[in-house]
Amino acid sequence: MNALSVQGLTKTYRNGVQALKGIDLAVEEGDFFALLGPNGAGKTTLIGIVTSLVRKTGGEASIFGYDIDRQLEQAKSCIGVVPQEINFNQFETPLTIVVNQAGFYGIPRAIAHQRAEKYLKQLQLWEKRNHASRGLSGGMKRRLMIARALMHEPRLLILDEPTAGVDIEIRRSMWDFLRGINQRGTTIILTTHYLEEAETLCRNIAIIDGGRIIERDRMSNLLRRLHSETFVFSLRQPLTAAPALERYPVKLIDETTIEVEVSKQENLNDLFARLSALGIEVLSLRNKVNRLEEIFMRLVEKGAAA
Amino acid sequence: MSTLVEHSAAAPQSMAQIRRIGFQTIIIREFHRIVRIWSQTILPSGVTATLYFLIFGAVIGSRIGPMDGISYMMYIAPGLIMQAVILNSYNNVVSSFFGAKFGKHIEELLVSPLPSWIIVSGYVAGGLLRGAMVGLLVSIVTLFFTHLPVKHPVIVVAAAAMTSVTFALGGFLNAMFAKNFDQISIIPNFVLTPLIYLGGVFYSIAQLPAWAHHLSLVDPILYMVNAFRFGFLGVSDVPVIVAFTIMLVAILALFSTAVLLLDRSSGIRE
Repeated sequence: MNALSVQGLTKTYRNGVQALKGIDLAVEEGDFFALLGPNGAGKTTLIGIVTSLVRKTGGEASIFGYDIDRQLEQAKSCIGVVPQEINFNQFETPLTIVVNQAGFYGIPRAIAHQRAEKYLKQLQLWEKRNHASRGLSGGMKRRLMIARALMHEPRLLILDEPTAGVDIEIRRSMWDFLRGINQRGTTIILTTHYLEEAETLCRNIAIIDGGRIIERDRMSNLLRRLHSETFVFSLRQPLTAAPALERYPVKLIDETTIEVEVSKQENLNDLFARLSALGIEVLSLRNKVNRLEEIFMRLVEKGAAA
Repeated sequence: MSTLVEHSAAAPQSMAQIRRIGFQTIIIREFHRIVRIWSQTILPSGVTATLYFLIFGAVIGSRIGPMDGISYMMYIAPGLIMQAVILNSYNNVVSSFFGAKFGKHIEELLVSPLPSWIIVSGYVAGGLLRGAMVGLLVSIVTLFFTHLPVKHPVIVVAAAAMTSVTFALGGFLNAMFAKNFDQISIIPNFVLTPLIYLGGVFYSIAQLPAWAHHLSLVDPILYMVNAFRFGFLGVSDVPVIVAFTIMLVAILALFSTAVLLLDRSSGIRE
């Protein structure tokens, strides 16, 4: 069964902006799905329609088979949403916020308190449960919104840039947490500007641009499409000019740094052998850009040019 | 961060259970809000009522003769209680709902499976709750200044509750349309307060010249105050059945409009 199914979805705002121009999308149950796109591409509008915060202009959408026009209450009871902007009452405490949210989904108060303890502990907020939430740090506020979204243990969790502005350590622990939820059976749809995040977590991906889906594939298939990768080498001895390496375009960045483009047909062993033969000693090596970022930029630039 | 999250294996809640618990939760949240900021929600009405009784009752009222055969202090008491009920029911909903809209936490309710009529009912119940709490406080203050008989207790409770619901719904509609905090204070200050003062709180409209008497009859608060006063003192300037009919029609019309607007999400959803 599809967790989310969308056909011909359109949205035109009152100011005439056409945010969605006929979106077709299916997300399978149990998937960890990335929805990527540049700012203003239509990601948040799409999520807004699915969660009923934005009214669609046309098309159809269903959550686990519940049509959002005819069975909206059933559809909404399956969804937990973590929005992009902080949207809890900052005068309330984390405990009150999550317990009340459970109540809005029909969870009895005694069970809500048990779940509040479980999720606030797992998201490292239990110590802050009785503090005014306006005093929480940015990362804590994001984690509080995740705890809130999990209180009714939804079948579909939608996260709209959940790690925006969160430091790398917290971000990585949030990734582990989300992986755990997904492994337990919750379908997750994630939008993010951190493409490393999408590449690390998600199995399937859709790229939306200008209100249209411009790519929809498995993450592994998409990454396989890269014909070459650029590596940055740090060298021990300084160079005065880029070394000549047959079949490998090289660029001298500074006297101890070079960039080398390696095509899919070549291998790094061969490249290292050639560098050694020239007496060039490599101290370290890294990808110039994230692989998904490279594909993403190509697709979006192609879309803009079309 | 631990990853010991259990995907829900519990039986899904029925829609009836979701609505019942959701409704209760909105009321609990409103109650906590009223209590948390009691110095803004409860206390001012008690202070205001005390001042009214001191000035209009003890100082000026002692020089005014009986009204409909009742001492002036006793005559104005039901009107002052009703004034507190009206303003607090209205203000509770307008400030709570607009605050939720302004702070975006109204989205917590909008993304939930609760239908619009439950959300409206929950906020109105919050207004009713504050109206009852403040009405009770002002009633207690009243007893320090005058004896207050209750001739028809059912009419007292029904008039207070229906008036409270009417104005709580009014507050909800105001909050739906309001774009800023100024717009939630305009109606209480420039519409409700004049209508209350001209609605027979401090006098019987029988004492007014004919034109003013007729003009007063278009003020809906006149009917509510008089129905409430009838419940306590057994006197009214208008037929009580007309008062209850007006309140019932107002509640049905305002509730339908509020639910319709929330469904269409005017000013909330895009």
